[in-house]
Amino acid sequence: MNRSTVIPFGPQHPVLPEPLHIKFVVEDETVVQAVPQLGFVHRGLESLVRTKDFNQMVFVVERICGICSCIHANCYCNAIEDMLGVTAPPRAQFLRVIWSELHRIHSHLLWLGLFADAFGFESVFHQFWRIREHVMDICEATAGNRVILSINVVGGVRRDLNLDQINWMLGELDKIENGMRELTRTMLDDYTVQERTRGIGVLSKDDARLLGAVGPTLRGSGWECDERMHGYAAYKELNFVPVVEHDGDCYARCKVRFNETLHAIELVREALNRLPESELTVKLPGNPDGESVFRVEQPRGELFYYVRANGSKMLERMRVRTPTFANIPPLLAMLPGCKLPDVPVIVLSIDPCISCTER
Amino acid sequence: MYMLKNVLGNLSGKPATRLYPLEEREPFPAYRGRIHNNVEECIFCSSCARLCPAGAITVDAKAGRWNYDPFLCVYCAACVEKCPTKCLKQECTHRTASVVKFQVTKTGTPRVKKSKGESAAKPETVQKAE
Repeated sequence: MNRSTVIPFGPQHPVLPEPLHIKFVVEDETVVQAVPQLGFVHRGLESLVRTKDFNQMVFVVERICGICSCIHANCYCNAIEDMLGVTAPPRAQFLRVIWSELHRIHSHLLWLGLFADAFGFESVFHQFWRIREHVMDICEATAGNRVILSINVVGGVRRDLNLDQINWMLGELDKIENGMRELTRTMLDDYTVQERTRGIGVLSKDDARLLGAVGPTLRGSGWECDERMHGYAAYKELNFVPVVEHDGDCYARCKVRFNETLHAIELVREALNRLPESELTVKLPGNPDGESVFRVEQPRGELFYYVRANGSKMLERMRVRTPTFANIPPLLAMLPGCKLPDVPVIVLSIDPCISCTER
Repeated sequence: MYMLKNVLGNLSGKPATRLYPLEEREPFPAYRGRIHNNVEECIFCSSCARLCPAGAITVDAKAGRWNYDPFLCVYCAACVEKCPTKCLKQECTHRTASVVKFQVTKTGTPRVKKSKGESAAKPETVQKAE
């Protein structure tokens, strides 16, 4: 006889960095259904476009997400620049890539630590977070703050890098890479890690596309799809290759993120070495008018901005679609059939960012 | 087993953390810290108040009063960059915690062209507890 029980998961749960609530219908130890409930951290940031002017909004959109703040601002600024018909100067484009990739590195290192914590490997968690401190130091030394960098403005960037800073950053990047290489076998070849992640939370290639997965969740299922391939900012001039795995399980998503971190280090290094000389900002021709959409690649996947303006300083409407929002339907497809102890690992494998999703 | 090298290194190496608050790391020179207004040079043009995304600065040009709420401020440095007289500065010091909320009010010479009496108030700083 099957007796089903409903177990609430979150919004306060040791494995979750942010408040996500899922109701699990379980039969014995097996999950048969997962019902999500969102809306614990809605802050109404989108409606602020009517009270803040389009330049002030850069600082607001940065606060949508506490991990990839720079990439949010990058996407917003690109959307407004498209509407105004201006392009940021080449040096600004490269600097945007550098800071975006630094954010990707620290976001993935944070996730790798949390993921290790989810399957109970506490010491790896601390190792990854120790490496992450080097990235946070780079951010503070170059942009002036650890997480909210505030370097993007409409039309360019606000800060420049000098030669001393570039040389120091290259040294720090070597330290990060060495730290990562030391942990490669622990994270990817270890027997216990593989036991907890291989074959868990499988998302087939077709399902990933049908359910609209984005980012490492999609690339872990074998799709070569990354917004950076379209070459926004300076990605078209850099040697970018998307990282793809084919298994579609938690291990594949972990491997995608691990290898993406190493690739991001390469991209920062390449951008630093090829930094062109130019102005940092362009003069804006006036207030934006019309509609614009822009997509960039966040650490968690594709980020989408829609902006509508009416020629005044205030925008009329802004709409953000964040990668976690797109990854929740695939998550709900992964969960049924899994064992209850695997739930934290599967939930964390999409890297949920709830503050982003609810804004 | 793959982690043995890290474990031995951690046993023999120094800890990665500091004994805060006994030992503090100085912020980097580019750090966006506390905001300071050198009110003697301020012309009360209100450009900082207009730019501030958080609305933390209010300026009364007639009275020559510059008011700043450090608890609303998001430390984005938009005001510091656009200040025409460069009297706004951001100090490279950590923003410390506080048990009371306060506002910083600075009074200087109002921007009135040579008014009679030359009764310009001396620059003074008041920190009001709310």
